[in-house]
Amino acid sequence: MTVSGFLSQLLQLAIALLLAPLLLGWVNQCRAWLQNKSAPSLLLPYRTIRKLFHKDAVVAENASAMFRITPYVVFAAMALAAAIVPSLATNLPFARAADAIALVGLFALARVFIALAAMDLGTAFGSMGARREMFVGFLAEPALLMVLFTASLISGSTLLPTIVETFTQRDLAIYPSLAFAGVAFTMVSLAENARIPVDNPATHLELTMIHEAMILEYSARHLALMEWAAALKLFNYSCIGLALFVPFGIAQGNADASAILGATPVLIAKLAGGGLGLALIETLSAKMRIFRTPEFLGTAFLLAVLGMLVNLLLGS
Amino acid sequence: MIDTLPLIIAVIAAWLAIGALGLARPRNLTYVGRVLFSAGAVAGLLLAGLALQAMSQAPQALTLPLGLPDLPFHLRLDALSAFFLFLLGVTAAAISVFSAGYFRASEGAAPGLLCLQYHTFLAAMAFVLIADDAFVFMIAWETMALASFFLVTTDHRIPEIRRAGFLYLLIAHLGALSILLCFGVLQGGSGDYTFASMRSMGLQGAWPSIAFLLALAGFGAKAGLLPLHVWLPEAHPAAPSPVSALMSGVMLKTAIYGLLRVTFDLLTGQLWWWGVIALVLGLATALFGVLFATVQTDMKRLLAYSSIDNIGIIVAGIGLAILFKTYDKTLLCAIALTAALYHCLNHAFFKSLLFLATGSVLHATKERSLGKLGGLIHRMPWVAWLALVGTLSIAGLPPLNGFVSEWLLLQAFLFTPSLPQSFINMLVPLAAAALVLAAALAAYAMVKFYGVVFLGRPREPSLAYAHDAGRFERVALVWLAAGCIVLGLFPVQVISRLDAVNAMLVGATVYHGGSSWWLLSPIDAKRASYSPLIVLGVTVVVLLLTIQVVHRFYHGRLRKGPAWDCGFPTQTPRMQDTAEGFGQPIRQIFEQFFRIERQLPTPFDVAPRYFVRAEDPFWHWLYLPLARAVDWAARQVGLIQQGRISIYLMYSFLTLLALLYFVR
Repeated sequence: MTVSGFLSQLLQLAIALLLAPLLLGWVNQCRAWLQNKSAPSLLLPYRTIRKLFHKDAVVAENASAMFRITPYVVFAAMALAAAIVPSLATNLPFARAADAIALVGLFALARVFIALAAMDLGTAFGSMGARREMFVGFLAEPALLMVLFTASLISGSTLLPTIVETFTQRDLAIYPSLAFAGVAFTMVSLAENARIPVDNPATHLELTMIHEAMILEYSARHLALMEWAAALKLFNYSCIGLALFVPFGIAQGNADASAILGATPVLIAKLAGGGLGLALIETLSAKMRIFRTPEFLGTAFLLAVLGMLVNLLLGS
Repeated sequence: MIDTLPLIIAVIAAWLAIGALGLARPRNLTYVGRVLFSAGAVAGLLLAGLALQAMSQAPQALTLPLGLPDLPFHLRLDALSAFFLFLLGVTAAAISVFSAGYFRASEGAAPGLLCLQYHTFLAAMAFVLIADDAFVFMIAWETMALASFFLVTTDHRIPEIRRAGFLYLLIAHLGALSILLCFGVLQGGSGDYTFASMRSMGLQGAWPSIAFLLALAGFGAKAGLLPLHVWLPEAHPAAPSPVSALMSGVMLKTAIYGLLRVTFDLLTGQLWWWGVIALVLGLATALFGVLFATVQTDMKRLLAYSSIDNIGIIVAGIGLAILFKTYDKTLLCAIALTAALYHCLNHAFFKSLLFLATGSVLHATKERSLGKLGGLIHRMPWVAWLALVGTLSIAGLPPLNGFVSEWLLLQAFLFTPSLPQSFINMLVPLAAAALVLAAALAAYAMVKFYGVVFLGRPREPSLAYAHDAGRFERVALVWLAAGCIVLGLFPVQVISRLDAVNAMLVGATVYHGGSSWWLLSPIDAKRASYSPLIVLGVTVVVLLLTIQVVHRFYHGRLRKGPAWDCGFPTQTPRMQDTAEGFGQPIRQIFEQFFRIERQLPTPFDVAPRYFVRAEDPFWHWLYLPLARAVDWAARQVGLIQQGRISIYLMYSFLTLLALLYFVR
């Protein structure tokens, strides 16, 4: 672990933390445009987080320490994930500590903590949200792992930086297995980030909520961290997708600070494209009933497994 | 270097002596609990220490002049035995400490009697692990089954418990018969039942496969492999919690030990399809177990099904190891085997921890049904926070121990180089998918378990009087939780010890000299690596930094108020998800796998009642038809019994004639 590697690691983490709310703002803006609404400011997520930090936290009387510690745990897990995913550089010392499987484990850790915190108060919506979140997760998590496995089989490594390096060095060719994986990954990302068609981030109808139902009881700094963590999660998923399927423009080798800063505009451009695509999907599809979710995610899972099988059969 | 085997035998003898001493004053709880069980715990620790030392030593053998004339007891201690002895010692120590504070005078059998059964059980398990001939093995195996049967039926006045005990005994004996036949095949007509002779036998033709299948069935019955798993969800809830912990955490592992001993040690040439059978059976068991765990409403049944799940994962790992071994991929074989062994150790820790925690909950609330618990994190903080460690471990989350074995197993799956058979190449990714699905469902089941028992609001008013665990119970829980954390954080150190077993069974080691102590990278640093210490370190640093920054730059003001719940005015604890409610999505998706008995209220019911029960389909597919067939056969035989002496005399006469004809 060299000093320069450590610095590039910290720099990437800082950029991820700062950019994550921007991505959320951008998606919201695109969606508003596509739906013919007047768009909120691009900076609205930042303002929301700042506003929430200023407020006094209100915590239910029967909350245990679990409830109060969870926002910090979730935020820390997402921050660590942001440090692992090669969004700007591949010279990431922390990425060696947690490969793709551990990354999925980190997401699962965050999920389990949110679900437990939602059950902590014993409210009807909280436990309903927890149940639904775990229900979405039990299919989404294997599907995500299968997608990552397909990439790992192609590159012979479960380390994300190595995957990115092998993918950029190969000739430009379409891998059929990656096509399956790409579709599966898109579906999983929608589900995991509480997006339409699985969940609706803008919903105000309690009975349809999943993610929102779980963080219903949070306020002020706890809510701010939860929102920021959710933004980071979207950012992380986008960066995983970009690293697997559009791995160009990421600073490779012993990248220094200037290389990372040079890679940042490329990342922003790619994220802008991805965010527009997300807004498009959300506008074109309708939210489905909760019991259609397993079909949706089951399809994603099967596609990912198919991708892996195709990889083994065709060797590509 | 000292010989550890005699010392280990001394520890086993000490356990037997402690058990016998329990009979001296069987009703004196202080004497039995505080003195004897504590002494048993010390013996357990000693055993663990000795076994740890023995793992790096050369195999030691000893012949004891016990048993029948000309059939002395052959004992042997090698790395495989030592590993499982370590597991036994280290887990039993915690469970004994817990038992020291757990058993009450008023419950079931006299404490002194329990002490005898408990320590006989421990000693028998240890003897199974060091047996070096089939006779000793079977004697110890049967003693283990009987001792645990008596422990399961501690509360024998309750009919369900007697029934559970009977079922357990029945399946244990089916398994024992199968193991006996397996040894019969293994001795290959030589009449020499020592393991040494079996090793050099070199069976030909179909015999090794027959031996393997018999071993799989026999040890599978003890471990809870499909379809012989039905005793687990009956016996575990029936037994007192420390006994459940011991059975689930340790006894199931003796079956894994037996399977490994027969497959990798006594049989020399493995065949690829054994691996496929073990892999498929293991994964089917894992998925079945975890699906049923998600819909249980009794906390100990939930954990029992979760044990089935974990045993399935272990057997799948063994299957993978066999597969790699037959194709001479020794490094991958070593990784798969390490994953299986690591998972054995993990499961011993977290499952014992959770079973003991349910014991504390049971004592504090007198309630086993999830529907009547809740909110215990406020009343029982020690148990709740320590159980959280077990819950996160069993859910396979980094940086705890359950994740390490899962990670290793997935690595073994993932780096399957192209094996010669394309059929197996196709099977491996499908198996990996099934494994991942089982792992994700385990997280679902465990969130349900923890959330319903410890979080939320108390579902019954009586829970307000629940008390936290006593001193002894806390020590045991802390010990096991610490084990989960240590096993999770220091995989490299653990695996470097486990390599002794790998070297013995497969002739390859996962770890080589040049690897760093904090980074787990079994194949090659370019391919995969994982460092739980860094994951934990970075997470904790970010967490503390966030807390600091938020409190410093903003404020730490906090107000308490009633829960908001979207502004709904009346909220009662009954509005939380029940255990049935939490499992409902899984029940609905996988409806065809369950046998669901459901009673729905109509809008006009005066006293509406909702009732649902998901039953194990194997009862109806397999066991009840089998029982009916046996009944029918018995009735047919009954036809010849007319109760008249002349008819019986005629039978004797006809038999005599037939015999004369044949003997002629």
